[in-house]
Parts: sequence; C-alpha cells; structure tokens
Amino acid sequence: MSRHDNWEAVIGLEVHCQLLTKSKIFSGAPTAYGAEPNTQACAIDLGLPGVLPVLNGEALKMAVKFGLAIDAQIAERCVFARKHYFYPDLPKGYQISQYELPIVSKGHLDVDVDGQVKRVGITRAHMEEDAGKSLHEGFGQQSGIDLNRAGTPLIEIVSEPDIRSAQEAVAYLKKLHQLVVYLGICDGNMQEGSFRCDANVSVRRKGADKFGTRTETKNINSFRFVERAIEFEIERQIEVLESGGKVIQETRLFNPDTGETRTMRSKEEAMDYRYFPDPDLLPVAVGKAEIERIRGAMPELPEAKKQRFVAQYGLPAYDAAVLTGERALADFYERVVQLSAADPKTCANWTTTDLLGVLNKTGKSIERSPVTGEMLAGLIKRIVDKTISGKIAKEVFEAMVAGEGDADAIIKAKGLVQITDESAIVKAIEDVMAKNPGQLADYRSGKDKLFGFFVGQVMKATQGKANPDAVNRLLKEKLK
Amino acid sequence: MHTLSIKALAVGLRSKKFSARELAAHFLKRIEAHDGKLNSYVTVCADSALKEADAADARLARGEGEPLTGIPLAHKDIFCTQGVKTACGSRMLDKFVAPYDATIVARLKRAGMVMRGKANMDEFAMGSSNETSWYGPVKNPWDPTRVPGGSSGGSVAAVAAGLAPVATGTDTGGSIRQPAALTNLTGIKPTYGRVSRYGMIAFASSLDQAGVLGRSAEDCASVLEAMAGFDPMDSTSVDRPVDNYAAALDKPIEGLRIGLPKEYFAEGLAPGARDCVMNAVKKLQELGATVQEISLPNSPLSVPTYYVVAPAEASSNLARFDGVRYGHRAEGVKTLEELYKRSRGEGFGAEVQRRIMIGTYVLSHGYYDAYYLKAQKVRRLIYDDFKRAFQSVDLVLGPTATDVAFKLGAKTDDPVAMYLNDIYTIAANLAGIPAMSLPCGFVDGLPVGMQLMGNYFDESRLLNVAHRYQQATDWHTKLPKGFE
Repeated sequence: MSRHDNWEAVIGLEVHCQLLTKSKIFSGAPTAYGAEPNTQACAIDLGLPGVLPVLNGEALKMAVKFGLAIDAQIAERCVFARKHYFYPDLPKGYQISQYELPIVSKGHLDVDVDGQVKRVGITRAHMEEDAGKSLHEGFGQQSGIDLNRAGTPLIEIVSEPDIRSAQEAVAYLKKLHQLVVYLGICDGNMQEGSFRCDANVSVRRKGADKFGTRTETKNINSFRFVERAIEFEIERQIEVLESGGKVIQETRLFNPDTGETRTMRSKEEAMDYRYFPDPDLLPVAVGKAEIERIRGAMPELPEAKKQRFVAQYGLPAYDAAVLTGERALADFYERVVQLSAADPKTCANWTTTDLLGVLNKTGKSIERSPVTGEMLAGLIKRIVDKTISGKIAKEVFEAMVAGEGDADAIIKAKGLVQITDESAIVKAIEDVMAKNPGQLADYRSGKDKLFGFFVGQVMKATQGKANPDAVNRLLKEKLK
Repeated sequence: MHTLSIKALAVGLRSKKFSARELAAHFLKRIEAHDGKLNSYVTVCADSALKEADAADARLARGEGEPLTGIPLAHKDIFCTQGVKTACGSRMLDKFVAPYDATIVARLKRAGMVMRGKANMDEFAMGSSNETSWYGPVKNPWDPTRVPGGSSGGSVAAVAAGLAPVATGTDTGGSIRQPAALTNLTGIKPTYGRVSRYGMIAFASSLDQAGVLGRSAEDCASVLEAMAGFDPMDSTSVDRPVDNYAAALDKPIEGLRIGLPKEYFAEGLAPGARDCVMNAVKKLQELGATVQEISLPNSPLSVPTYYVVAPAEASSNLARFDGVRYGHRAEGVKTLEELYKRSRGEGFGAEVQRRIMIGTYVLSHGYYDAYYLKAQKVRRLIYDDFKRAFQSVDLVLGPTATDVAFKLGAKTDDPVAMYLNDIYTIAANLAGIPAMSLPCGFVDGLPVGMQLMGNYFDESRLLNVAHRYQQATDWHTKLPKGFE
C-alpha cells in the first residue's frame, strides 16, 4: 500500500439510469422488463423505413426533476442529436442522444465519505434512448437480437473528475442511486440494468496538476463491481507507470469472475460518432412555469428528510439517516409514528432494529415486509396502553413475522394480555414469598441483590404477563 | 376517362356515367397497354385496387362519398403502403413489404381514393432524371428518348401519359417541381411541416416534403387538402388548420405583386425556356398582377449548401439499412463487418453510395464545423433572402428548370451537371417555403414549366394564381402524342 502514498487516482463516473416511464422515449411501446424477446418493440423501435420519433413528455419531466434535485441548470432549449455507429442491436444505425445542448448541466451531489462531506460536480445529464440486446448464446453460429429494450428512456449522468478513490466512487454512486429512486424516476434495479456505470480512471503523481491518461471501464452493474474494477484499474495503471510504461487511452471491460479489466478497444479504434442535431425532433424548450410546476411536485429529498426527522421526531442523526435511506422505509416509519401516536424514538427502535433485522435476514425489501406499518403501529399501541409488556411484544412481533396475524389477534390467541390487576399480582407475590422462605429471610437480612430473583419468580408465575412496573412497586412493599 | 379532371371524374361517378370499378379497370388497361414503353409503375395493385374501387362504389351508392372517393391515384414508391411492396427505387428494399401505411396514404385511403399502384422513382429519391432507380429509368411520355425528370419520375410519367389521374410525389430539392416541368404537369411542394412525413422513407429529413402531381392546380388543390394537416406522429409537422384550397382557387388576382429574381434569369437559363416564362409573366400581368425585379443574392449558394445538408442527413437516415432486420442481406457472409459492407454495397446503387460517402465525410470529426455547420448558416441566409423578398412581393416567379427534358444518359456520367438541374428549385427546400411548377409553353414540342414560390403556408395563394393562369391558358391541357 505504501506506493499509493505517491499516487493519486482521478475518477469520473458516467451513469446510465433508465427512466421509469410507462412507454418508450420516442414511441408508444411499453417498457416493462422481462417480456418475450421482441414483443415490446413497435415499428419505431425497429427502425422501419419511414418511421419518426416523438418525444415522451414524461421522460422529459423526469430528467428535469433530476436536474432540480442536483441543483443543476435546466436548459431553456435542449437539442437531440444522432450518435452514429453500426451494431445489430442499434436499429437505426444511430442512437438518439443529446450532445451539445443537454437538458441538465452544472449540478452537484454532496457525498459523505468517512464522516466528511465531499461535493462531486455533475457536468451534465442528457436524455437518450437505450439500445436493444444482442444474445450470443442459444443460436448456434448466429446471434439473436432482442429489441424490447430499444428505445427505453435513459439519462446519462456524467460526473466531474472529482472522485479520488474507489470508496468515494461507491459513496457517490450509492447517493445517486438513492436519489433517483427517491425521485421515482428509476427503479434502481442494477441487475436488470436500470442503473449502470462506466468508470473513467487515471492516476497521477501526488501534487501533479495535470491528469494522467485515462481508461474507461464500461457497463459495471453493481456497487461492489465498481469498487473492484476501479481498484484494479488504479493498481494496474500505477504498476504500468512505475515500471516505466505508459497508460493507453482505451475502453476496457470488467470481468466480475476474475475481478480484472481488459482491453475492449483502443483510442485508434475509437468511433467517430458523427453527431449532428436530429432533424426529426425539434429543439425542446422547457418553460420557466413548467420547471416551477415540476419543482412544486418534487418529493422531499433524502437530505432534507433526514434533517426533518431529527428536528420533528427528535431522533439521533444515525437513526434519521437509516430511516431515510430509502423513501419507502421513511414512509413506513412515518406511518408507524402517526398510527401508533407513540414516542417516535420507540417507533424508530422497532423499525430500525426489529423490522430491518428481519428484512435483512430474509433479504426482503420494505415493500415486501411481512409486517406492515399498520401492524407495527398496532403492536406499539399495545405496549403504550400496557396491554403487553415490551418483552411480550418481542414474542408478538415474531408471531407477526411468521404470519400469525396482527398484534391484537396474536395477543388474544396466545392469552398474552398483561396482568394489571394488582390483587392478582399481590397474590402471586405472596405465593412466591411462601414458597421461598430462605431467600426471603436472606433478602430481609440485607441481601438486596435477591430482589431480582423475586421479580423473576413473579414473572414466571404469571407467564411474563404481569405488568413489570406494578410487580416492582408491589414487591418492594411486600418484601419490606 | 383518363383525360378528365378530378372534378369531372367525381361528377361522372355520382351521375353513374361510370363506376369506380370501371375507372380503376380503365387505368389498369391503359397501364397494360402503355407502361411497357414508360416504366412508370413498379407495382400495379391489380386486386386491391378493384376491392378499394368496390368499396368506393358502395360508399357512393349510399351517398356517403367524399370529393375524392373512387378517384384512382399512384403513390410514389417512397410511401409505405401496408401489405404492398415499398422499395423506394432500391434493390435494398426490393423485397420489403411495409407493415403500415404512411400517414398520407392512410388519409387518402380514408378519403376513398383508390391506389392504382406504386410509381417508379430515383433510388431513395436521389436523382433528377429517374435514372438511378433499381427498376430501370422512366421514359418521358413527350419523348421516350428523354428523361421525365426526378426523383418523382414515375409519378409524372404515369399522370402525363394518362395512366393515373393524379399521383403523390416528394420533393427534397425539386423532385416534384422539376419532373412536373419536364412533363407538362402541375406539381406542388407545400411548406415544410404542412404534410406529415410519417411513413415516407426519409432522404433528407429537414428538406423532404410530400406533395401532389396532377394535370391542373385544381386537381392538386383537392388532393393536397386531403393529405395536409398536423400529424402527432411527426414532430416536425405543424399544428395549424389547413386552408380550404379549392374555395380560394377562383379569387381574382388583381393587384398581386410578383417578384422576378434576377438571379433566376441569368446565365444558364435556355433562351427558349426563358421566353416561355416571360410570356407567362405577361399573361399574369394581363390578369391584373404587377411585376417587379427582385434579388435573392444568396441563390448561387443553394446548390453547394444543399449538397452538404442533404447527403449529411441521407448518410444518417440510410444507416438503418444494414441487412439485419429487413431489406437486402448479402449471402455467405462470415463476419458482422462483412454483413454490413456487402449488404450495403450490393443493396445501394452508385448515386446513393456517393451521397452516403459525401454525407459521412461532412459529418466526420474535424469537418463538421467547416461543412455541415457552415451550410446551416448559409441556409439561414437563403431563408433571409426570401423573408426580405416577401416584404415587397406576394410571390416569387421564375423558371423551374434550366431547359426542357434532356436525353436519357446525357448526364449520368457527370454528377455535378446533374446536380445543377435543381439550381432553381433547391432554395425553396432550404428555406422551407411552398413552391409549385406549372406548364407555361413548349420548346420544340417539349414542355417548359414555371415556378411559383410563396410565403410560409401560402399554398392557397400559389394554387389560386396557378388556377387563374390555367383558366386563361391551355398549356396544361396539352397531351403527349400517343397517350391522348
């Protein structure tokens, strides 16, 4: 690791983010994932002779939403351009993208790295259409083409080369991922390719003011792979430079099986995309009033929500951060607080410790939680009104997870209602005292520690249902 | 029947002088008899035309028909027609059957028109003589040793020879007007955005515009009115109501201010053609128009500008023809690169390949600013010329072509000479204004056309002036020998 002290990595990320529109960016065909090949591609997606693109207004709104969320400039006039290259899964021989005038430019994202806030600049985010997929297996000597994905709306989010380590890169990506999911503009599913990343990496001697030659590693589809690909690339480039070689500007591919990157094509083979404004699409003007309408309909963003949770619910920053990590989780928590009318910190504990514990263990998302907000609130209500003790509540919670119904049903079915009738508790105490004369004598002669023994015996005798406060108070009186 | 106007045909259908089926059959018989000499049709719709005609007859019998119901027409083979081969003059699409109708095809179908067939054309509309078609050249009915003009050469030959009463065409740099002039027809290219481009195979998207070729302004007016209008499938189509062209045809033209651009009457214009156009100007003056000389100083830049913009867009538009999903695919290829190279090499003819190469060059890195961007700036200057002109005149009048139809093969080895054919027509495409050509005389038995150019969305005025002129002259009624 010592040689890292002499080198600094410079990283910029390009993220392709599929927008959650119902139909494609330039046609009316649906965008749902996983359909039979070529069943979700219409004449326009197939690039048939004579067809023309018409911009999906929803996609434009989502791009503007993103721009507003990263405090960027929204172009008063943005232009679609054609990017040309030949590939079988690119039906028109060009991709409709944006080049000189993207919809979003000059934004930024603040990222927490080791407790420090780091600002990563976002150069631009432009709208474009996705290509189809080439399938190389199962067709013998031939390849299959699936154009279902062709025309799916994307925004490509290009960061400034502000990132200095693989860890920072992952922190930035996670923050970006959280943001687009929060905004409801992307489902964030990295396995299905809804959110994928290209990493531009170079290294330079510490203190150098010029950037080194960079490589671009394409299409990395998990946070862990991004980290590994960047780490590999940094190591590789340092090794090349320290052994007197030169880094070659090229496009590389990451192999998740080996954790290595390898050359895909060099700069000499780099394509001339021959960008020019698409004459089939007029320049798009987003008016100030429209921008304000979109701004007005923006959801609360993670950072603001976190701060509100601290202020409104009196939560520690850590709890607030966990609860606002996902919009659905934050909504869940707020529903629990509202429905239970209980102490927000108690609600936070149940949500972050018990519920998230179960979800993490079973690998379920909050949307698929076996315990709904209503159910958890119902449980907490029974603790507040002293129907059950906190301890019994854990048992009820586990039963809810196991699908045995809501809290009231479980409490009733299992006979878990707390005993608050003091005469019943007094009777139990008297029984315990009668059965344990030795311990009683020891306690009365000064062995205070035995108090816990008596509490335990009383709780046992009541199958844990006795109200703990009442047990404590009454025991103290009787044992005197 | 084949010499009647659309109006007369409509009257004949309604008075039961003939049925739509008889009309369709009549044109089929003429195609069978004459098209061997002309090669104007690439596809003749034998059965479907009769079915459409029967449907039209049924509508007419119920008294439901529209003005165009039962009238046959030929569609230029650049328009996609559902279930009917749409080859665009190219081997690339020789086996392509479109799975959908172009918007204008659907609109005219809805109006009850009967598609008689698909008209031959220059390959992908690239040509001024109809000699680049994979299906062979089209002959000019006025002299079969001469070209009919292009690229809508099949459309004009069919109408001029009475093999269709009217035809659709497209005009990217003059492809409706120049062939109209060379075959004694009336042809209109409307304002860019007036007619939907959806389903019209793109050549140069910012210049392409569909229009009509017929034997009179009146015929053109009725078909254009049915074709035009906003189409949500075409982002460049304009959402603005279509004028009632027919209603404006008879308006008097007293006080009409005509501008004659001096650049259009300079060197290069054949004296005979010049005389015909000047005689037409005199006639319009007799009808009450006033005439003044104007200048469109950037006119000389039209052709070079066009031959940057059009090939650039074409090189991009034709990238989809890769042999992968449809169209010509070379046999026995081993690699992807070979698939592309050979499919495109075999599928495209020489002129198309030339333009793809020019276009690829002008868009390539390091040349874009010097060519494409510069051309777009010049285009703006050409547009400004017209804007200035229309402050003092109502329409601009000049020749459509430099001369009468030339001999087949005369210019095929000299692309630049061929490109200069469109010297008077290209500016209207670059500016996006409406323009039309109409017959104004003959030189040695060959027709000469004059061109009218109007302000944006002023189709109504162009058709009105052309109609008034045609009411006062009979050039447009002359028919080629052997096709009367």
